[in-house]
Amino acid sequence: MSDRVEQLLRSALVPIEPPEALSDRLERGLSGLTEVAAAELADWELSAMRDPRNWGRPVAAIVVGSVAAGGLVLVRARQQHKKRNATGLQALEKSIRGVADDIEKRLKR
Amino acid sequence: MAATADKEQLDRDFTELYRAHLRDVYSYAYYRVGNHHDAEDLTEQTFLQAYRHFERAQRESDGRPLRPWLIRIAHNLAANFYRDRSRRPMTQLEDASVLHEPHGTEQLVEEREEVKEVLEGVSKLPDDRREALIMRFALGMDNREIARTLGRSEGATKVLIHRAIKQLEDSLKEDPGE
Repeated sequence: MSDRVEQLLRSALVPIEPPEALSDRLERGLSGLTEVAAAELADWELSAMRDPRNWGRPVAAIVVGSVAAGGLVLVRARQQHKKRNATGLQALEKSIRGVADDIEKRLKR
Repeated sequence: MAATADKEQLDRDFTELYRAHLRDVYSYAYYRVGNHHDAEDLTEQTFLQAYRHFERAQRESDGRPLRPWLIRIAHNLAANFYRDRSRRPMTQLEDASVLHEPHGTEQLVEEREEVKEVLEGVSKLPDDRREALIMRFALGMDNREIARTLGRSEGATKVLIHRAIKQLEDSLKEDPGE
């Protein structure tokens, strides 16, 4: 009977085509991840420049921003952060994490 | 500049992975959660998480296919889904396409009933056995891929699938046409 069961399993567990709307949404979401990350970081960089307390951050922000333009904001920022081991970058990492969380929330909807 | 080029290549690779396996992830998600709405959410979350960790996964894969890694992400997210919502896997599928095909003969009706019983039987299997069957039959994964996804040896996976089929067969004998 095993052969028969396997045959029935093949008939029962057929691949399910994802709805077209999901494909569209995912494609938009994944490409949007790149754009939103880049835009958010650009905004943050500009506002940060107005505050003298943040003048020490732009170099790091540019490094992280260019990476974020590609989309892997959080992962790479953490890597950079670890490499430099600079406590002054903690605030920057926190900001980036906020941006990443925000992007994720947007993408969920 | 080199970093940008690398990133562009990474994005291209991810797009390729996404297009190649969207149906796999969706099928897996659908058979795990049993309805399209949650399957869509699970699929979306799977690809977002995969995107975050893609660079590392690609680096560590040594050229091996990434489908097991992708399905493992879906597997973990599905486990969280049930834990967070205190749900059990659905016993009824919202609509498997095979159950809704138009029919014209008695034989087809009978076969559709059998298929329905099989789906119900699958839903009652222990989690690991059910998942192994979904991967084998809905996704067409071989023992090696399933083993990598579940973190088991190939031998253990072969036994797992064998036992799953045997248990299903026994349950169908016990409750024919229930």
